[in-house]
Amino acid sequence: MTHLIRATALSLALTLSAGSAIADPDPADWDAVLEEAKGQTVYWNAWGGSSQINAYIGWVGEELEERHGVRLVHVKLEDTANAVTTVVAEKAAGRNEGGSIDLIWINGENFASMKRQDLLFAPDWTTELPNWRYVDVENKPTITVDFTLPTDGLESPWGMAKLVFFFDSARTDAADLPDNATDLLAWAEANPGRFSYPQPPDFIGSSFLKQILIETVADPAVLQEPVDEASFETVTQPMFDYLDRLHPHLWRGARAFPKDYPSMSQLLADGELDITFAFNPAEASNAIANQLLPDTVRSFTFSGGTLANTHFVAIPFNANAKAGALVAANFLISPEAQARKQDPEVWGDPTVLAMDKLSDGQRELFEALDLGIATLRPEDLGPALDEPHPTWMSRLEERWSARYAVGN
Amino acid sequence: MLRFAPPLALFVLAVPLACGLLGTILPAFGFLPALGGRHLSVQPFADLFGQPGLWRSAVQALMIGLVTTAISLAMVAGFVCAWYGTRAFRLIQHLVSPLLAVPHAAAAFGFAFMIAPSGYLARLFSPWATGWERPPDLLIVNDPAGLALIAGLVIKEVPFLLLVTLAALPQVPALRSLRLSQSLGYGRMMGFMFTAWPALYRQIRLAVFAVIAYASANVDVAFILGPTTPQTLPVRLVGWMNDPELSMRFMACAGACLQIAVTASALAAWLVLERTVGPVAESICETGRRFRRDGVVRLVSGGMMATSAFLVFGGLGVLALWSVSGLWQFPSAFPDALSWRTWQRTGPALTGPLATTIIIALAATGISVAIALACLQRENETGRTGGNRALALVYLPLLVPQIGFLFGLQLLLIAGDADASWAALILVHVVFVLPYVFLSLSAPWRAYDRRYEAIAAALGAPAGRIFWRVRLPMLLRAVLVAAAVGFAVSVGQYLPTLLVGAGRFPTITTEAVALGSGGDRRVIGVYAFLQMLLPFVGFALATLVPALLFRNRRAIRGL
Repeated sequence: MTHLIRATALSLALTLSAGSAIADPDPADWDAVLEEAKGQTVYWNAWGGSSQINAYIGWVGEELEERHGVRLVHVKLEDTANAVTTVVAEKAAGRNEGGSIDLIWINGENFASMKRQDLLFAPDWTTELPNWRYVDVENKPTITVDFTLPTDGLESPWGMAKLVFFFDSARTDAADLPDNATDLLAWAEANPGRFSYPQPPDFIGSSFLKQILIETVADPAVLQEPVDEASFETVTQPMFDYLDRLHPHLWRGARAFPKDYPSMSQLLADGELDITFAFNPAEASNAIANQLLPDTVRSFTFSGGTLANTHFVAIPFNANAKAGALVAANFLISPEAQARKQDPEVWGDPTVLAMDKLSDGQRELFEALDLGIATLRPEDLGPALDEPHPTWMSRLEERWSARYAVGN
Repeated sequence: MLRFAPPLALFVLAVPLACGLLGTILPAFGFLPALGGRHLSVQPFADLFGQPGLWRSAVQALMIGLVTTAISLAMVAGFVCAWYGTRAFRLIQHLVSPLLAVPHAAAAFGFAFMIAPSGYLARLFSPWATGWERPPDLLIVNDPAGLALIAGLVIKEVPFLLLVTLAALPQVPALRSLRLSQSLGYGRMMGFMFTAWPALYRQIRLAVFAVIAYASANVDVAFILGPTTPQTLPVRLVGWMNDPELSMRFMACAGACLQIAVTASALAAWLVLERTVGPVAESICETGRRFRRDGVVRLVSGGMMATSAFLVFGGLGVLALWSVSGLWQFPSAFPDALSWRTWQRTGPALTGPLATTIIIALAATGISVAIALACLQRENETGRTGGNRALALVYLPLLVPQIGFLFGLQLLLIAGDADASWAALILVHVVFVLPYVFLSLSAPWRAYDRRYEAIAAALGAPAGRIFWRVRLPMLLRAVLVAAAVGFAVSVGQYLPTLLVGAGRFPTITTEAVALGSGGDRRVIGVYAFLQMLLPFVGFALATLVPALLFRNRRAIRGL
C-alpha cells in the first residue's frame, strides 16, 4: 500500500518536474550542464576541522554563485566516513535520487568503499570536465590510481598530499633531525615525550603507520596487493616491533595520542611536541601566517621518501544536484582556484595541475606565490612513496587498536 | 481538548523512540534486509564481544555514570544543606546557576584549556613557581582512568542538579525544618540533612536518574576529555556506527543494546545505593548526635561549589581570550598580541548557524512547554498521574542512549522523505527537550498546594481561570526554568542535529564540534563564547521575569 502511494507520488513528481531530474547530466555537453546547474544548491560534504580550509571552501562558494549561479553549502564533517554512511543509509532506504549529498571530499579507503558498493556517480565524468586538460595526469600517478585502485574517472583530483615533518628551529637543532624511521626511533629515545602521532584511525595517524610499514617491510611489493590474511602477521611484524620500541618514548608514554594533525600543530606551538607532521607541505607556513606557530618553524622530509597521495572530490550516485556538482568539481581544478589553494596564506595545498599545460598568464598565478618560509621547494620534498592497497589501512587500524588501544 | 494531551505527548516521544529502537535492536540481531541481513542471528553480539577492550570500555562507562552522579549529588546536597538560607547561598547560587546554560562541549573545552599541562593554570604558575619552561609531559586530559572526564561532567551536572533542587525548594518547608532542627540544637548542615533533604531528594530523584543516564552514555564530553586507549563505550559506538564498512552497522547496533544495558545497570546500582544509604543515614540520625561543629565541612562544601564554578568560568574566560589572541606560546600567561582576526574570519559563517540554533531551540522549547503544561494540567484535573508506566515512557528518551535510537530514526525519516526538514529536526529536538522540560516542571507542579485552587473554586472561578490566574502565575518561575532548561538542551544537541538534519542545518554546536576536532583554540573560543551566550540569555530571562513580575510577592518568588 505504502509502495503504491509512494510510486504514485513519485510518478506525479516526475511528470511535474518535466523530466529534468530523471536524466543525469552529460558532462560532454558542458553548456547543457552549466544551464542545468544554474540555481542548483550543491551540498558538499567535506572535513571541517581546519578553519583555513573552511574559509577556502567558503570562497569557492562565493565564486560559484557569482560565475555560474550555483549555491554551494559546505556540510562540515568530522570524518568523511559519515558521508559514506549517509549515502549507504539512503541506498538502504531506497532513495536512488534526490540524495542529501552532492559532492564528497574523498580518497583512499572511503573511495574504495563507495566504489565497491556502486555508490558513486558513473561512468567516467572527470575526463570530460573542461578543465581536465590542465591536470597533470602524466607526472602525478596518484591522480589516476588512488591507493592502488584505478579512479576510473569516478573522482576528480583536488590536491596533492605528501607527508612532511615540522620542527621549531628555535628549540630543536636541525642537525639532529631524523632522516628515516630508524633515526626517528633513536631521536625519540634521546628526546622522550617530544614526539607522537595522531591516534589511528585518524587519517594522518594511519598514514604514519603506513610510512613505518613501508620502511620496515621486507618486500614493499606485497603492499600493492590486497592484504593476504595468511602472511599479514609476518609482513607487519617488523612494524609492530618498531612501534613497541617507539611507544615508551612518545608523548604521554603513548597512553594518549593527539586527535589529529591540527592538534599536533597546537602541541608544537605549546612546546609539548618537538617534531610533528602533516600531509600538506605548506601546513607550517600556513600556521605561521595564521599566528598559530612561531615563524621559527621549519620543514623536513626523509631522503628515502615519504608517503604521497592525492585527494579528490566525488559525486554520489543519488546526488540531487549532479550538474551543480560537476560545475563545482570543474571549478576546483581551474588554474585560478588551484593557485589560490596553493597560497600558504590561504591554505597551501599543492596543485594537481601541470605547469606546462597552462598559459603564461595562468602559470604566472602559481609563480607569483610565496610558498612561505617553512615550506620546502617541490624539488626538496624527496621521493614519493606509493600508498598501499586500501585493505592495508583498515587491517592496520584494527590491529593497532587491538594492540595499543585496549588499556593495560 | 486537554484529554488529548497525554496521548499526544506519548505519541511524540514513543513513536520516534520505538521506531528508532526497533531500527537498532533488529540489526543487533542481524536483521536489516536493506543491508543484506535477512535472518536473525547473534553474530553481531559475537562480533561485539570479540572487540578488544570491550569490557573495559563498558565497565568504565558504568563507573563514570555512577561516580559522576555520586560526586555531583554529594556536592549539591552538601552545599544546599550547609548554606541554605544564607547570603553566601544566594551568592554561590547566582554564580553556579548560569553554568547550566553552558553547553557540555564548550565547558569541556574550557576545562581542558585550564587543566592541561600547557593549560592556563600551568601558565599562571610557570616558570616562576613550577620551574617549567616547557609544559611537563603529564597525562591529565584523556587519562586512562577517566578522572578528567568525571571532573568535566561533574562541573556541568552540579549546576543542573542545583537548579532542579532550587526549583523544588519552595515546595518543601525547608526553612521551617531548618529552624526547627536548629532549635533542637542540631548543626546547620546535618539539621537540614535530617529534616528537609529527604523530601527534597524525592523531588529531584528523576533528575538524578537523568544524570546517571547522561553521564554513562555521554559522547561529546567523553570525546574531548575521556580516555582514548580505549575510549568509553558510547564514543566507540559512534565510531562503529559511522564506519564505512556496512557489516560494522550490525555490531554497532549490538553495541547500542549493550549501552542500554550499561545504563540500566548504572540505574539499578543507584537504586541499591539508595537502599543502603537511606538506612545508614537513619541510624546516624537516631543516635541523636547534633553535629554542631560543622564549620570546616561547610567551608569545604561551599569551597567545592565555588571551585567548580571558577573552573568553568575560568575556562570560558580563557577560551574567550584565545578567541582574540595572536601567537600565544607557553609559558606566557597572556597572548603576545590581541587581534579580532578570528572573529572577523569566522563572523560571516556564524550568522546562519546562529539563526538555525535559535529557531530550532525556540520552536522545540515552545512545543515542549505547551505539551508538558497540557499533560500536567490534565493530570491535575483527573487526579491521575497517568500511571507510573506511562510516566516511565516519558522519561525513556533520557534513559536510552541517543545513539541507540537515532540511527533507526534516521532510516525512518529518509524512507518518509522527511529528513533534512525543519519539521523533522524540531520534532527530534522535542524528543530530547520535552523530557527535560517535563522533568523540571512536574515535581514542583505536583507539589503545588492545591488548597489555593480549592479556594479559587470555592470563590466560583472556572477551571480555566484557576489555571491561568492562580496556578500558572504561582508556578511561573518553575515554568520558565523548565523552558530555559529545554532551550539549553536544544542548543547543546549535536548528534540528532547532525543525523536528522543531514548536516544541512548547521547549528553553533555542530559547528563547534566539527571545528573542535581541529584543535584551533582561537576558533573554538569564538564558538564556545556563542554557545555559552545563547542559553545564558534564556536563563537570565527565567530569573529576571519572575523577579520583575512578582517584585511585590515575596512568597511566590520562593524565598
